Amino acid sequence: MGESKAGGASVPASQLVSSLAPPASPNERAWRRFRRNRLARISAWFLGGIVLLVLLWPLVTPHNPDMLSDNQFQPPSAKHWFGTDVHGRDVFTRVMYGAQISLLVGIVGAGVSLIIGVTWGATAGYVGGRTDNLMMRAVDILYSLPSIIFVIVLITTLEGLLKNWLAAIGSDGLAKSARLIFLFVGLGAVSWLTMARIVRGQVLSLRTRQFVNASRVLGAGPVWILRQHIIPNVLGVVIVYLTLTVPAIILYESFLSYLGLGIQPPMASWGSLIAEGAEQINPIRIYWWLIIFPGGVLVSTLLALNFLGDGLRDAWDVRGGN
Amino acid sequence: MQIAHRATGKNPLARFFFWRRLPRWSRRVAPIVSSLFILPSSFVLTSCGHREPPANITICNANEPESLDPHIVTGVSEMRITKALFDGLTRLEPRNAAPVPAIAERWDISPDGRTYTFHLRPNAVWSTGEPITSADVVWSWFRALNPATAGDYAGQLFYIKGAEDWYNGKIKEPSQVGIRALDDRTVQVELNSPLAFFLELCSFPTLAVVPRQVIEKHGDRWLHAKPLPTSGAFTLGAWRVNDKVRLLRNPRYWDAANTASEIIDVLPTGSPNTALNLYETGVADIVWDKDLVPSELMDVLGKRPDFHSFTYLGTYFYRFNVTKPPFNDARVRRAFALATDKNRIISKLTKGAERPATHFVPEGVANYSAATAPGFDPDAARRLLAEAGFPGGKGFPRVNYTFFGAAGGGAKLHGKVGIELQQMWRDVLGIAVELRQIERKVFYSSQSKLDYDVSMSSWIGDYNDANTFLDLFTSTSGNNRTGWKSDRYDALIKEANLQTDLQKRAEIFRLAETILIADEAPVVPVYFYAGFNYYNDAKIKGIWQNILDEHPMQYIYKKGRGVKGN
Amino acid sequence: MYFLRRLLSLIPLLLVISFLAFVLVRLAPGGPFDRERKPASPEIERQLQAKYRLDQPIWKQYIAYLGDLARGDFGPSLKYRNHTVTDIIAQALPVSLLLGAMAFGFALGVGIPVGYYTAVKRGRWEDYAGSLFSILMVCIPGFVIAPLLVMGFAIHWRLLPVALWASPWHAILPVAALGLFFSGRIARLMREGMLNTMQAEFVTAARAKGLSEHTLLLKHAFRLAVLPVVSYSGPLLADLLTGSFVIETIFQIPGIGIFIVNGSLNRDYTMVVGLVILYATLLVVLNLLVDFLYTLLDPRVKYE
Repeated sequence: MGESKAGGASVPASQLVSSLAPPASPNERAWRRFRRNRLARISAWFLGGIVLLVLLWPLVTPHNPDMLSDNQFQPPSAKHWFGTDVHGRDVFTRVMYGAQISLLVGIVGAGVSLIIGVTWGATAGYVGGRTDNLMMRAVDILYSLPSIIFVIVLITTLEGLLKNWLAAIGSDGLAKSARLIFLFVGLGAVSWLTMARIVRGQVLSLRTRQFVNASRVLGAGPVWILRQHIIPNVLGVVIVYLTLTVPAIILYESFLSYLGLGIQPPMASWGSLIAEGAEQINPIRIYWWLIIFPGGVLVSTLLALNFLGDGLRDAWDVRGGN
Repeated sequence: MQIAHRATGKNPLARFFFWRRLPRWSRRVAPIVSSLFILPSSFVLTSCGHREPPANITICNANEPESLDPHIVTGVSEMRITKALFDGLTRLEPRNAAPVPAIAERWDISPDGRTYTFHLRPNAVWSTGEPITSADVVWSWFRALNPATAGDYAGQLFYIKGAEDWYNGKIKEPSQVGIRALDDRTVQVELNSPLAFFLELCSFPTLAVVPRQVIEKHGDRWLHAKPLPTSGAFTLGAWRVNDKVRLLRNPRYWDAANTASEIIDVLPTGSPNTALNLYETGVADIVWDKDLVPSELMDVLGKRPDFHSFTYLGTYFYRFNVTKPPFNDARVRRAFALATDKNRIISKLTKGAERPATHFVPEGVANYSAATAPGFDPDAARRLLAEAGFPGGKGFPRVNYTFFGAAGGGAKLHGKVGIELQQMWRDVLGIAVELRQIERKVFYSSQSKLDYDVSMSSWIGDYNDANTFLDLFTSTSGNNRTGWKSDRYDALIKEANLQTDLQKRAEIFRLAETILIADEAPVVPVYFYAGFNYYNDAKIKGIWQNILDEHPMQYIYKKGRGVKGN
Repeated sequence: MYFLRRLLSLIPLLLVISFLAFVLVRLAPGGPFDRERKPASPEIERQLQAKYRLDQPIWKQYIAYLGDLARGDFGPSLKYRNHTVTDIIAQALPVSLLLGAMAFGFALGVGIPVGYYTAVKRGRWEDYAGSLFSILMVCIPGFVIAPLLVMGFAIHWRLLPVALWASPWHAILPVAALGLFFSGRIARLMREGMLNTMQAEFVTAARAKGLSEHTLLLKHAFRLAVLPVVSYSGPLLADLLTGSFVIETIFQIPGIGIFIVNGSLNRDYTMVVGLVILYATLLVVLNLLVDFLYTLLDPRVKYE
């Protein structure tokens, strides 16, 4: 890409007039670019729709996600849009119910990855030398420890510490969400490591660039340089890697559910629904709706997330796309 | 410009036109990257030369065996292999799993039932040729009784006089223990009391005869010794972790004439779908382990002729922690039991040949016909609950149902059963029980520490007798884990085991079982396990179904590939 | 010199990691010998604990462990009691190395071209198709891809073996299942790197000088564009070489991935610590290699 806009094409009067108007701020320009990107717009609407559905699902479906019935393994029908599972529960409702947890998991993972991972990696890459060495070795150490044991220890330790406190509170809902929160903490703790590494690689490459040197000569401090120059330039890689971190976290939660360590039944998340559905794949008979629907919803959400991320990066990219 | 430059280069590869086309930087990167591909490819090519003869029979067993040392194994899948390698004084015959002579060719039992004198076979030899003598037998049993061996099942020998004291260090003289070699070919065993199932116990791996020669020399790694002397129908051809255990026919076995296959491969399989795939594509001839059947397919598989199911010596049940309210009240426990619709769980979840458990000891156990507990009775359940002070479930404290989850086969069921139970208790009793899934090891330690309210459980019997199920709940048993104690129950069990008359013994057991499941109900049996295996009857011979899921590998062969040409 | 120093720092690093792993795994509730059925006598449990030094204080156990380690002995496996950890690593590691290396090659071989192509053809249908493929690969977990591949190629069309690890044919499906998943990520990272580099100043300059698009992109932009992929490859390769639990379970491959997960779940302390040490060594060495590759690819990168 990158066809040059320079050229001698005649410019219509209206464009001349608008070009005489006061220049829009960078943010406004970026926003305009974003809106022009049709795919990104569709994705944004889709994601918005999912979030709305997730918040309002009790209004959409008459079924209760915990309602067991004797109609197990029914294929999709008018009554059950996504069919039923082994306990006769409506799969559509379960998928909507599970969306809450999966989206939360994704947000937590992305958030931790972004905040801790980017800062860590950028600092290490920019400062270099012994600090870089130390910081990256810390990342190596945390990365080498088996995450499963880490998650188990974290959850059981936190549960043990807070058990008495929770029992005293006596609230049913809080106890359930406490376990969930511990799971999130565990997942977040392992999600920022690779982001740190990738950002560090980019920053290493960037810091020897001319404009960075120029800023330094002009007397800019490292924090300012990081904020103004380095981070905007790694934003592209960061956004792309974020769009990879979210599915990675959701799939890791799925793996934990596969091992029996994840979400507590009868709660559900997309990950646990997919893990359940994966058992159904065999050559004799497949209850395809148990895997296609949760998988399909996950994939389309992540696709939308990706295209949105692409759109955002294209719109805000410092050096401009089109 | 670049091309002309490099034409005369010292790089011998420069001759190749394409090399010159590559950017310069890649010429330095390429060696590193390509070595990553050349090394593995050379691996692949060299490993191609490694060819083994194909096995006569390939069997999908459950997970990788923890050990093949009969004195320390605890799992059914390991025991299948150790029984093929190491014989005991008796072994179980394949049709009904009844004990028959093995290393001992005959025995005398004293009139009081406490002393057994075994006469060993003159032609019993190790696979390496040395004769198996009574000294070997005595040494083996003492090794099993040695705390340093650290075998979980050493307790199986505690029925022998002095064995438990010897184990705990209270007796120091081996001659005070009731295991004696009278001469080279005779072993005398003295029991604490007459034992109806002692002959069967002699076939149990903990009482197998193991080769002193290599154990004394190699310690823990004796199974890696080559050659490995075995006392059973097969020798150990190969043992590759998570890959296969290869068994080769032992020509020196006293019954080698009846060993029907030359080579048997036992594959450790973790996933039921993989086992099914291996079977469907003909790689595996037999799949045998109840955890290797995908439970969702049970209704389809059950209709196939190559799929066999049979009553199995195991019970799926749940326990109450009776030390804490509300489950310290027997009425509450009985209410929960009456609210459990066992048929629904079977028809909805397990779908196999399982049978609802109206009693604790599985059907088909030898010498016993069980007592019956009340079944599914919602009205009675509600009445009892109201009597106990929680009418309609009002005021019932928060309790949880604990179970564990794990990857692969059977464990997925526990969560599903929990969900159904949760609904049953909610619908019938109006009580909201919380589900608590914890990791397996945490589960075992929580159960031991009585850190639960209701907990999922299961038990597989060690031998074909009601005692293996009922002595679980004596107050001294480490497997009790409910906190429940009943002096009357303890007394009944003790009395039953002193009883030589099998009828009277069964009567006493029945009384005990009634206390266990009808009156006090610290446990609620849900269903009796069904065993499964699949193989093609027309082609695979030598397997019969019995309650112990006992299929000695010696007799199994494939038509047309058997040793005897049949 | 820098790299030599990094290599030497491996020793203190391994000490820290092994100690952390040692303690972490013992913190988890439940022990290696906790089972459904309890042994008949508490003495038996005591003996088991004593035999494997589990009744001693943690620091004492660690010192003894280090002593064994110095002699190259990783200790006996607590779960597979007739094997030492070294036995198991010796049998299982070569298989995982092979599988991992081939999957890595597959992932790069599919991911890099797809990423490159989608970046070059950005905005056109090739980009959308390629992106769709990459994202699908990223979102679908291994335990869904693998059975689907098996159902298709091994059972329905009977082209390939369904499981086990006995010949090169057996390697195709597991390598594909493992590699496809990572190829998606690599494609995305490659695409990002290419897009970034294509907008760099030196590219505009070279284009202005009249260099052909093809030479430009392939010879010059590529080496910088591949940097994010290289950063990611270090840990990726370490992960792949130490096996994948899901793939090894589904295809019944005797690799080391099963042991890492099961070791944690079975509380096989020696196995977990031994494998952690192995993994950490691989990781550090590969990261070193990655950092070295940076200097080759981007001459502006310098280490102090």
